[in-house]
This record gives sequence, C-alpha cells and structure tokens, in this order.
Amino acid sequence: MFYRENGQFKTSYRADQQIFTITQDRWAVLGLIAFAFVGVPLLADEYLFRAILIPFVILALAALGVNILVGYCGQISLGSGAFMAVGAYAAYNTYIRMEGMPLVMALLVGGVFSTLVGIFFGVPSLRVKGLYLAVATLAAQFFCDWAFLRIKWFTNNSASGTASVSDLSILGLPIESPVQKYLFCLCFLVIFGVLAKNLVRSAIGREWMAIRDMDVAAAVIGIRPMYAKLSAFAVSSFIVGVAGGLWAFIHLGSWEPAAFSVDRSFQLLFMVILGGMGSVMGSFFGAAFIVVLPIVINQTLPWAGGLVGVAVSTAALTHAEQMIFGALIVWFLIVEPHGLAKLWSVGKQKLRIWPFPH
Amino acid sequence: MGFFLETLFGGLMAGMLYSLVALGFVLIFKASGVFNFAQGAMVLFAALAMARFAEWVPQWTGVNNVALANLIAFALAVLVMLVVAWCIENLVLRHLVNQEGATLLMATLGITYFLDGLGQSVFGSDIYKIDVGMPKEPIFVLDKMFEGGILINKEDLVAALVAAVLVGLLSLFFQKTSTGRALRAVADDHQAAQSIGIPLSRIWVIVWFVAGIVALVAGVIWGSKLGVQFSLSTVALRALPVVILGGLTSVPGAIIGGLIIGVGEKLSEVFLGPFVGGGIEIWFAYVLALGFLLVRPQGLFGEKIIDRV
Repeated sequence: MFYRENGQFKTSYRADQQIFTITQDRWAVLGLIAFAFVGVPLLADEYLFRAILIPFVILALAALGVNILVGYCGQISLGSGAFMAVGAYAAYNTYIRMEGMPLVMALLVGGVFSTLVGIFFGVPSLRVKGLYLAVATLAAQFFCDWAFLRIKWFTNNSASGTASVSDLSILGLPIESPVQKYLFCLCFLVIFGVLAKNLVRSAIGREWMAIRDMDVAAAVIGIRPMYAKLSAFAVSSFIVGVAGGLWAFIHLGSWEPAAFSVDRSFQLLFMVILGGMGSVMGSFFGAAFIVVLPIVINQTLPWAGGLVGVAVSTAALTHAEQMIFGALIVWFLIVEPHGLAKLWSVGKQKLRIWPFPH
Repeated sequence: MGFFLETLFGGLMAGMLYSLVALGFVLIFKASGVFNFAQGAMVLFAALAMARFAEWVPQWTGVNNVALANLIAFALAVLVMLVVAWCIENLVLRHLVNQEGATLLMATLGITYFLDGLGQSVFGSDIYKIDVGMPKEPIFVLDKMFEGGILINKEDLVAALVAAVLVGLLSLFFQKTSTGRALRAVADDHQAAQSIGIPLSRIWVIVWFVAGIVALVAGVIWGSKLGVQFSLSTVALRALPVVILGGLTSVPGAIIGGLIIGVGEKLSEVFLGPFVGGGIEIWFAYVLALGFLLVRPQGLFGEKIIDRV
C-alpha cells in the first residue's frame, strides 16, 4: 500500500538509471546507512561489536569480493582465503617497513598486491573452467598458506610466526574501542558496496554476467573473455585483499596464517551461495547469516537439549553446527539456488502489490 | 642411491593410498558427472564406522575372535555406506538432476560438512585404532646391493596389494557385468541411457555405494596406518591434484596420477625442501597439477575435452 512506484514519473534517463528507482527504496537504504552509522553505536554493547558486528562488516566486504568473481563472472574460486592473506600480509609489511605509512594507504596497498596475485592465479581461468578452475585456485590457497608460514620475511622475522600491529590511528584519531573499529570498517563496506553496485551495473559488469551465462555466446558478441575474466579476478581479489587487511589489522590485531586457511575460503563461498550468487545485497545477507548462525546454535542447542534432558557438550555443538551448515547448503542449492537475496526480492514484489494481489 | 630408492618407495606407497581416494572421485565422476568433494568425508565416515563397530561388536555379541569381529564390523560398515549412498541419491542428487557441474560441486561441499559432523556425533571424535592384523614389522630388501639395504614396511606392501586387487575387481565389474555396462552407459549420456530403460536413480545409488566401499577400504588402510581421526577427511584435498593429473574419467589415470604425485611429493620434500624451508609437499602436488592443467586440461589419460573456454 505504501511501497509502490505509482505516481513516480521519470523525466530523464538519469532518473531512470538510478540504483534505487523507487523513492521508498532510496529512503529506506539511506535510513539504514544512517542507522548503521549513528543508531548502532548507541544501541550495541561491546560483546555485540566484537562477536557479531565487526566480523559481519569485514566478512560482508570479503563476500562482496567473492561474489563478483563467483556470482557475477561465474568463476569458482576456493582461494579467497589466500587472497585475504595476501592483502593482510602485504598491508602488514607496508605498514611495518615504511615509516609513517598511513593505515588506509597500507590497506589499499595490500589490496593492490592481492590484485596482482589474483590476476596471476586467474590466468588458468583462460584455459580451464568449472571444477578444474576450483583446483587451480586451491593451488593458490595452499601455496600462500605455506609461504606465509615458512618465509620469515613476510612476518617480519618474528620468532613465533605471528604478525601483529598496534596503536592504529587514522588522521590522528585512534582506532581502539570496538565502536571506532566498527565505524572504520563500516566506511570501507559502504564505499566498496556503492562502487561494486555501480560496477556490476556498468558495461564491465554486464560483460562478466555474459561470460557467466554463456562464454561462447559472449565471445561471439564481441566480449573479450580474457579481459572480462581477468578483470573480474582483479576487482574481486582487490576487495577481498582489503577485507583481509581489515580482518587482520582491525579484528584480530595479531594473527597467524591459519586465520586465512582453506576453511575461510569455504566459509566465504558458502556466504555467497546462501546469500545469493550475483547479488550485492546477497553478500550482506550471506555474511550476516553465517556470522550469526553459529552463535544462535551455540545459544539455543544447550537450551533445547535441556528441555529434553540431554546435556550438550561443546564437541557435540561443533558437530551439530557442521551438520546444520552442510544441510543448509544442500537445502538452499535445491530449494532456492538464488539464495536469501531472491527471498528478499520476492518479498519486495509481494509487498508492492499488497494488499490487492490481483 | 639407497636413500633415493627408499624415498622413491615411500613415495610410491603414499601414492598408492592417494590413488585409492582418487579412485572414488573418478568412479563417481565417470558415472554421474559429479565432482565428489565429499570423498574425503566418506573415507573418514567409513573408517570411523569400521573402527567403532570393531570395538562395539565384541561388547554387543560377545564375539571374542578378533578376525570375526573385524569381519562383522566391516560388513556393518559396508551396510552403513549403502545407507549413506541411498540417502545422498534420494535427498540430494535426485533434486539436482541436470544442474551445472559447479552447483553439484557445491552440493557435495555441503555433504562433506554434513558427513563430517554426523560421523563425529554418532561415532565420536577421538582418535581410534583400526587393527585388522596388518603386519607391522619392516623388511630390508636389496641388502646385497646397498649397505644396510632398503627399508620397506610390510604394511605398505599389503596396502599396495589390496589396492591392486580392488582396482582389478572394479575393472572387472565395469567391463564384464551388465550393471557395469549400465554404469558406463549412464556416464556417456544420461538421457540416452534413460531412454533405453536404465534406471538412473538406482545406478546412482550403486555408484555412490561402490565409491563408499572404495572409501571404506581406503579408510581402513589409512586408519590402520595413522589412526582414525578428523584429519583423515582432509585427505580429499591431497587427492584432488591426483585426479586432475590423471584425468577425471580414467581409472588407470587415478592410479598412475597417484603414484606420480606420491613420488613427486616425497622426492621434492626430501631433495628440494631443505632449500626453501620444508613443508612444500602440500602445494607441490597442486603446482604440479596446475602446470599440467595448462598444457593438457584433460589430464594424462582423460577423455579429450572438446570445449572452448
């Protein structure tokens, strides 16, 4: 009744090509962003920031990057964890080794290095696709795992093999409290979110989608597969690399290569599948779902077990979590291959014609 | 020279075990076009079932004979794998017929997580032993030619023998029985096979069951060597380059690919590792497979892929 486009007439092409063509949508998104910047810091407590909000914001950024490669360009990647690691360690070395390096600059340099590595490991995509490509990206994963564990130079020759940063600040403002960390990451997420949304609507995004839907047909209409695929690898690994830098610098503070293991790659891929492949919104849904689900399981399962008189141990919890994850992946692939984002758009469609659906 | 040969043998034996896991990949890919990421989870699941049944059977039935208890446990584990195969077909694959390979790959990732969780909740998550009476003592061969001879584990030899017998049986099954012929028909073309009356769903159950048995054998051999524990499930990641190298559709490819990877890993670790800091065997296999992929995408023995990328 309230959510509809009746009466909103477009008088220019510019108005017709906006990201959100319906006024209500525009206000809702602006409201959401304002709430995220102003409302959340007022309402949330420290636990919420540390356990949910900061991981969510960073992983949503990483999932956005993976979604560009997997969802928009259709190139399966199991090496996202490696690109995160490259971003993190490149940012670390830049930050540590260059005197007076600004934090944001270091993170972006990490992204650039991640881009280079991403393009390098994206080269096989010109020759193989599908499962073979997945294996090729796994090579990136295992190679990076090894390199950051064994080559001491990357960790600044620290004896324990852990890298750590402290006293982060931006323009003289320290980034210490959870609220500051959250806001810092949120800025990145919003900026990259808007950029990515515009990128996938532009010519290059359409090229990616054409390659995904049918590469031969795309080549026939004049899209260069090499350019399209490698640009998807580049953009994706840049965003993933910056997210890796944020994850290491802001969320962890001190970290080991295990933080970016193959499990992280799978986790990011699951976010994209569950959230919705080929949807910017879907990356956010997927990240939120995967960050929140383990916490919900951890809270509710012991309680549910208590109801029927079964004590649930921590090991059992982990296993139950694995089972629920696996079952959900399969269930989504069967029932809703387009993920949570599709449910969202179906909901919006229903709301638009409510309460008179005919 | 003696040391080199010893490393070589060690690599061959490790490669044999990779081959066993890779075999499971190839079987399922041949018959259903699914790249089964869950093979490692199936190995873990089967090995856990076997280990725990071998423990429980004497408690339940009072059978004291170890060999008999092991036999019953093995039969029960086979039964469990049949149930798993049936469930996977009925609950997952049936609903994903005609989907893209990538979707199916991700579905098997889901199955991996589910099986890992299920196996450990049902059978427990400690380290278990499988004792099927494999000879443990090492033997020395060729001690006339080299000083001290070459050390070989009898266990490895038995494992290699078992693997060889298994491959022989499987190729007989594929080539000579009518079910095997039906399997190959399904692998060639789902629709054509269906149109001449081959029941697709039953064939898939059979394939996953056979892959389950291969997983069980692999699990028993790995398990009796290293103990049954969660890390067994990551063996799938070690076996992936093997199938890429050997070709996704070739049984001999899985065997020879496994041997090449096994030998390559060991030799590179021993002779190349010290120069770059060690631990390179994990990615060496992948880089080997990756290099191969660029030159020959179908692998050593795979069918030629006619596909423009």
